[in-house]
Amino acid sequence: MKKTSRFIFVGAGLVCAMALLSGCSDMVLFHPKGPVGEDERFLMLMAIGLMLIVVLPAIVMALWFSRKYRASNTNATYAPKWDYSARIDWVIWLVPLAIVIALSYLVWTGTFRLDPYKPIDREVKPIHIEVVSMDWKWLFIYPDHDIAAVNQLVFPAGVPLDFRLTSDTVMTSFFIPQLGSQMYAMAGMQTRLHLLAHVPGVYVGQNQEFSGRGYSAMHFKAIATSLEEFQAWVATAKKSPERLNLTQYGKLRKPTTGVPVTYFSSVRPGLFEHILSKYMGWMGKMGEMGKTGKAPAPVKRPPEGIGARPRHLEEG
Amino acid sequence: MFGKLTLSAIPFDNPIIMGAVGGASLLALVIMGLITYHRKWPYLWNEWLTSLDHKRIGIMYIILALVMLVRGFSDAIMMRSQQALAAGAAHGYLPPHHFDQVFSAHGTIMIIFMAMPFFIGLMNIAVPPQIGARDVAYPFMNSVSLWLTTAGAVLIMVSLGVGEFSKTGWFGIAPLFEKEYSPGTGVDYWLWAFQIAGAGSLMTGINFLVTIFKMRAPGMKLMRMPLFVWTCLTSNVLMVLSFPVLTVAFFLLTLDRYLGMHFFTNALGGNMMMWNNLFWMWGHPEVYILILPAFGIFSEVVATFSGKRLFGYKSLVYATAAIMVLSFTVWLHHFFTMGNSPAVNTFFGITTMMIAIPTGVKVFDWLFTMYRGRIRFTTPMYWTLGFLTTFVIGGMTGVLMALPPADYVVHNSLFLIAHFHNVLIPGAVFGFFAGYAYWFPKALGFRLDEKWGKRAFWCWFIGFYAAFIPLYVLGFMGMPRRMEHYWNLAWHPYLIIAAAGTAVILIGIFFQGVQLVVSIKKRHANRDVTGDPWNGRTLEWATTSPPAPYNFAAIPVVHDIDALVDMKERGVSWRYPGPYHDIHVPKNAAHGPVMGALAFLFGFAMIWYIWWLALAGLLGLVLAVVIRSTDDDTEYTIPAAEVKSIEEERPEPEARGIGDEHYGEATATHGNLAAPGPLAAQPAPEA
Repeated sequence: MKKTSRFIFVGAGLVCAMALLSGCSDMVLFHPKGPVGEDERFLMLMAIGLMLIVVLPAIVMALWFSRKYRASNTNATYAPKWDYSARIDWVIWLVPLAIVIALSYLVWTGTFRLDPYKPIDREVKPIHIEVVSMDWKWLFIYPDHDIAAVNQLVFPAGVPLDFRLTSDTVMTSFFIPQLGSQMYAMAGMQTRLHLLAHVPGVYVGQNQEFSGRGYSAMHFKAIATSLEEFQAWVATAKKSPERLNLTQYGKLRKPTTGVPVTYFSSVRPGLFEHILSKYMGWMGKMGEMGKTGKAPAPVKRPPEGIGARPRHLEEG
Repeated sequence: MFGKLTLSAIPFDNPIIMGAVGGASLLALVIMGLITYHRKWPYLWNEWLTSLDHKRIGIMYIILALVMLVRGFSDAIMMRSQQALAAGAAHGYLPPHHFDQVFSAHGTIMIIFMAMPFFIGLMNIAVPPQIGARDVAYPFMNSVSLWLTTAGAVLIMVSLGVGEFSKTGWFGIAPLFEKEYSPGTGVDYWLWAFQIAGAGSLMTGINFLVTIFKMRAPGMKLMRMPLFVWTCLTSNVLMVLSFPVLTVAFFLLTLDRYLGMHFFTNALGGNMMMWNNLFWMWGHPEVYILILPAFGIFSEVVATFSGKRLFGYKSLVYATAAIMVLSFTVWLHHFFTMGNSPAVNTFFGITTMMIAIPTGVKVFDWLFTMYRGRIRFTTPMYWTLGFLTTFVIGGMTGVLMALPPADYVVHNSLFLIAHFHNVLIPGAVFGFFAGYAYWFPKALGFRLDEKWGKRAFWCWFIGFYAAFIPLYVLGFMGMPRRMEHYWNLAWHPYLIIAAAGTAVILIGIFFQGVQLVVSIKKRHANRDVTGDPWNGRTLEWATTSPPAPYNFAAIPVVHDIDALVDMKERGVSWRYPGPYHDIHVPKNAAHGPVMGALAFLFGFAMIWYIWWLALAGLLGLVLAVVIRSTDDDTEYTIPAAEVKSIEEERPEPEARGIGDEHYGEATATHGNLAAPGPLAAQPAPEA
């Protein structure tokens, strides 16, 4: 009995340790700054709690049985022929089944509630942001304000963000951990994501899907501001001498890492659709391929830096 | 003449790679020198490389697995040390170009060239004797499977020194692996190594499926098969059904890369999402291909060392079968974040969680097998207990990730890495190590050293927690996988702990090496003269260790799940008194290793665009099959007199030294040992 209670203490200690760890402010997923992330944290903790109903007894039983029924303990009952108990069989099938039914309810309701495509319902009108992932940087286009920024996402807290995502290179994943849900960005396709920040702050945004050499550096600051600060930031961006026309965009899409934050005071109308349609010519859409019947010229990635292979190998 | 291949393909300027290549080549030279010095080449060729004996093929598979474990683990050390160093201003010692190859090679090697050969090797050693068979259904195909897998492994090893390996992860990332983004030879090495080894695995699946269905001893109904046979059966079903998907996926990628087609490209109608679907339609069943046989090993080990019948045999069988079926309905959970509709994500989230039910049932069945047992704490039992306490945590995090909204935040993070190592290391690798220690005496005739085995276990166990619990925490801290450098210094301490954990596992692997050396040195003291060193419960322990080429002088008749326990109890487990008959066994065949060599040449030539050599390799393969198919003289006969003399060499029953079981005289009149002949003539009485 004493042994059992010790195991219970160990189990309780583990749970406490987890709770303590989750108190650590670096565990960003446990410190969400928006409704999506908060809901996702709730679901994770619920799921862990439900599963501990099965997991803790399993660990305790493994330790307890292996100690009690060790060969040297000849006092313990030995039943070499005992191999079935209908009651135990029912319990070990039905308890996990019940937990999975409970979890399935969470999956069903949670997945529909947290569908990244579903707009976040707020009084305020959402801000539209078009996200383009490139080698190896992020371009954010604000069609409502006719501005764009590279490697920095600024938005007002409390206002729903309506993202449309695509990629002008390989598949990437757009993720701001403290706001919640990530979403893949893929060339020739548009995916959608809705997020919201409750409070102003500087959050980390990153690419969560390996995309080649510059992947590790493909992160950006996601800055949630007050509404006034956001207006001021838009005004600053508007003053930028850079304009995002097709020529400028062609320069931008060349593979680079560590591109400094850049603002563009105007954006060629329909740039996002243009980037999408480049890969959609085969569907009869207007675009580079629609006109020439050829894929857009691949951007040649420059050879690797340190430790690079001979150039001819790199370029095949 | 040599396609793209020139001398500059060898990275002479990279000291790390050249050091590894030099070290590996030196080791290979030393081994080859020793073989030459002791004039063992004919022995090696005649007794091993060309052997069609499933037990020897099994041993060779496991040697391949252990060699590749060392290679794959070196990659792990490099990744962990790089991430422990490359924080903030520091950049570590691996440039992205190298780091990206390392993580791609680590995954490919560990899944395809470590875990798969390990499982197939154990299956080769244990399944035929467990079902009372003399061989597998297609002994020659078995040899071809081995050598195709080896050809793939050699391709990966060659990529270290000639050219480069893939930089697009072990599962390939569309469209990053297309020629447009990865023009080098790396992806081609990955593609052909995978494809060639995959063909070998598919053949193994067919082979053992037929073996288990058609070659069981009389009386062994499906519901009397040992659990390891059951799990291998389900695993082989998965192999036969899922590997063709992989083959097709790789074929499409080959068309993309070699003929400029557009299956997975960005443009001209290519669809990268299709790759994700195709790959994981194989990839998810694949993890069950690895983990189910390990579950079988745990079942055998826990029953044997608890000295007790397996609890809930039927439950375990149905749970295994349920996992087999469900494993085909969950692949989409690998990309919940691809913009699927919530209904699709819900469906796959729930099917994924459903797998937890039979898995949980199995865990409790093993626990209740221990309940009221007499547990002997041998090394295999240590691995099993390590598995039981650790695997459930991995299962829990797996169910967590099956919740699509939770996956939206932990997907592609280190949490995912921690999760699948948490299921595959305790679930598959611990299982294979348990099977390695458990069947080692059966395969080689002497036991492994227990002391070093337990030391290795503790290192693996502690090292595992130190290496992977920090990764869970890092996942919650938002750290993505596959980062060669990071800016967030809060992650740094956890990565240092993880690296330290890897070092502890390294010590564990070193101890396993020591264990092997010590055991070989002490082989006379640890010799298993009885064939039944653990007081086993299933048929493989009824024969000698190592078994004669024919496994059983007479095919046993099975009356119970624990066939050998039943035989022991009725006092008929011992010697077969005759009559003896001539036994046909397959002759050795050089075609297997030759076909492996040709497959390697074909793969290598395709990678370097040496078209004449590729064509020659392919034609050679076809020719080898034709030559082998027209050869009618593929068997030789062991005469009855020789069988008799081999059998009579077995020591007396007292030598078994197992006190608490009663052994009596074995007589053919008991009807427990059937004379060879048509199996149908031996109807088994109901138990």
